[in-house]
This record gives sequence, structure tokens and C-alpha cells, in this order.
Amino acid sequence: MTTTDLTVGATREPFVDKPLTITDFVRYQGASGDMNPIHHDSSFAAKAGYPTPFAVGMLQAGVLGTFATDWLGAENVRSFKVQFREQAWPGDVLTYSGTITAVREQDGERLVDIELACTRQTGGTHLRGWATFVAPN
Amino acid sequence: MDTSLAGRTGKPFTMTVEAGKIREFARATKSQNPAYDGGPQGQPVSPATFLMSAQFWQSGENSPLSGVDLNWERILHGEQEFVFHGAPPRAGDVLTGQARIDKVFEKAGKRGGTMIFTEQVTEFRDPSGRLVAELRSTMIETSKATTED
Repeated sequence: MTTTDLTVGATREPFVDKPLTITDFVRYQGASGDMNPIHHDSSFAAKAGYPTPFAVGMLQAGVLGTFATDWLGAENVRSFKVQFREQAWPGDVLTYSGTITAVREQDGERLVDIELACTRQTGGTHLRGWATFVAPN
Repeated sequence: MDTSLAGRTGKPFTMTVEAGKIREFARATKSQNPAYDGGPQGQPVSPATFLMSAQFWQSGENSPLSGVDLNWERILHGEQEFVFHGAPPRAGDVLTGQARIDKVFEKAGKRGGTMIFTEQVTEFRDPSGRLVAELRSTMIETSKATTED
């Protein structure tokens, strides 16, 4: 791993994903086992009052996890939390971003706290996130 | 949902963390990180949100809400947290999971009415009984049909 700037306020270059597709949802649903048809079946979504299927929140939560673990290390993550805000929809262009908020010692380990966000092209917040990592070497 | 549900537990379940499932999950969550492909030891670590896939290894009786009549149209997934006591689980690990309803509490809604928050925790332990990971899911039940923020 290249040297990572572990100072409060440090950021990683945001990840702007390709527009969301229902295929993204299906692929995640297959991987996770959550087969709720509201995320891929247009007629089911319409009957429930939605214009189209909407995004699986845990997919974007997983991509936010990818963003964080690519930054600070897959083996170093010790906690990861997301809060679901407004829904995301097929065609949305989502931006994943993060900032280091604290670097601290606890029980002999150096820990890094980060705040994360997944925002829509409208500026609306889809997810907020928080994570703690053991500092990468 | 009501406070009487707190303390209910699901039946424990056992899952084996599988390398192929890790790779599939990592790809679905748009990762190219070689750590999820095995690395030099051929024992990939699992992604941060991978334990959501534990539902693959579960049946209805593993849910602490099994048999509870709920109005799912009014229930939102509000928050999801993952805690790891050490590095996340690796391929080949055999974990025993058990879910419980940890807390149920009410808050006043911003637009009137009440919201009921239910926190479900699933603990994952290794064969020695060591706590390896915890999932905490917060579900929010609104007093009227859910709408977007």
C-alpha cells in the first residue's frame, strides 16, 4: 500500500460511479440473498406505488464500504455504519466521498475514524456513513 | 413493533465464509481490491458489509421476529452497522450467528405521529465462542405510510 495521509481533514479522491442500473441491483441481490422484487420487478414496484424499481440501499452501502476499504485497507476495518437517507433510483450518478475525522490511540492500537457520504447528482444525500479502521502501516 | 419484542432471539445458524461468495459480493459492490481475491495466502478477507449475505444461510426461525405480525409497508431500514473484533472474517471461517431484538423505543416524528425504532443485533462467534463480528440493524416503523424525505 502506498503511504496514506492520516491527518484529520485528509480525504480520498471521491469516486463518481457510472449511472445506476437495475442490473447493478440484481447483481447485488444475487450476491447478498436479498431478493425483494421491489428492486427489480417493474410491475411489482408499480403496484406498490413507485414509478420504477428503486436502488437497494445495501448495494450503495457496500460500494461505500469498498471506497473506505480501498482507502484504509480491507483487513483494517473495525466498524462501518450507514444511515439511509433519501432513496436512489436507476440512472442516478452517485458520488462516494470520505474525510478523516480523528486519529486516536485505544488499547495500544492506532485508530482512524472517518465520515463518509454517498450523494446523488441532485445534491441530495443517499447515505451517510461512519467507519473506524486500524491505522494502515 | 412494540417494546415487548425486546429480548426475543432467533434460533442460531451456522455459516461457512466462502471464497467464491466473497468474490461475487466484492464484484457486486464494485471492488477490484485484490484482498477479496485471496492474496498470497489464498484466504480472502470478507468485505465490510459481507455479513449481510448471512441471510443465505438462514431460514424463518432464525429471525427473532419469526411469527410476529408486522406491517412491513410502514417499516424502513434506517441504519446498518457492522462491528469487527479484529480483522473481518476470512474464507474458510465457520461462524455461528444468532439474532436478537436488542432495543425497541419510540420517538416523536418530525411530521407528527410517533416512530418506533427497533434495533436487531446479530452476533457472530467462532467455534471457540469468541465474538468475531456484530451486525446492528435499525428498523423504523412510522405511524403512517412511508414517504421519501
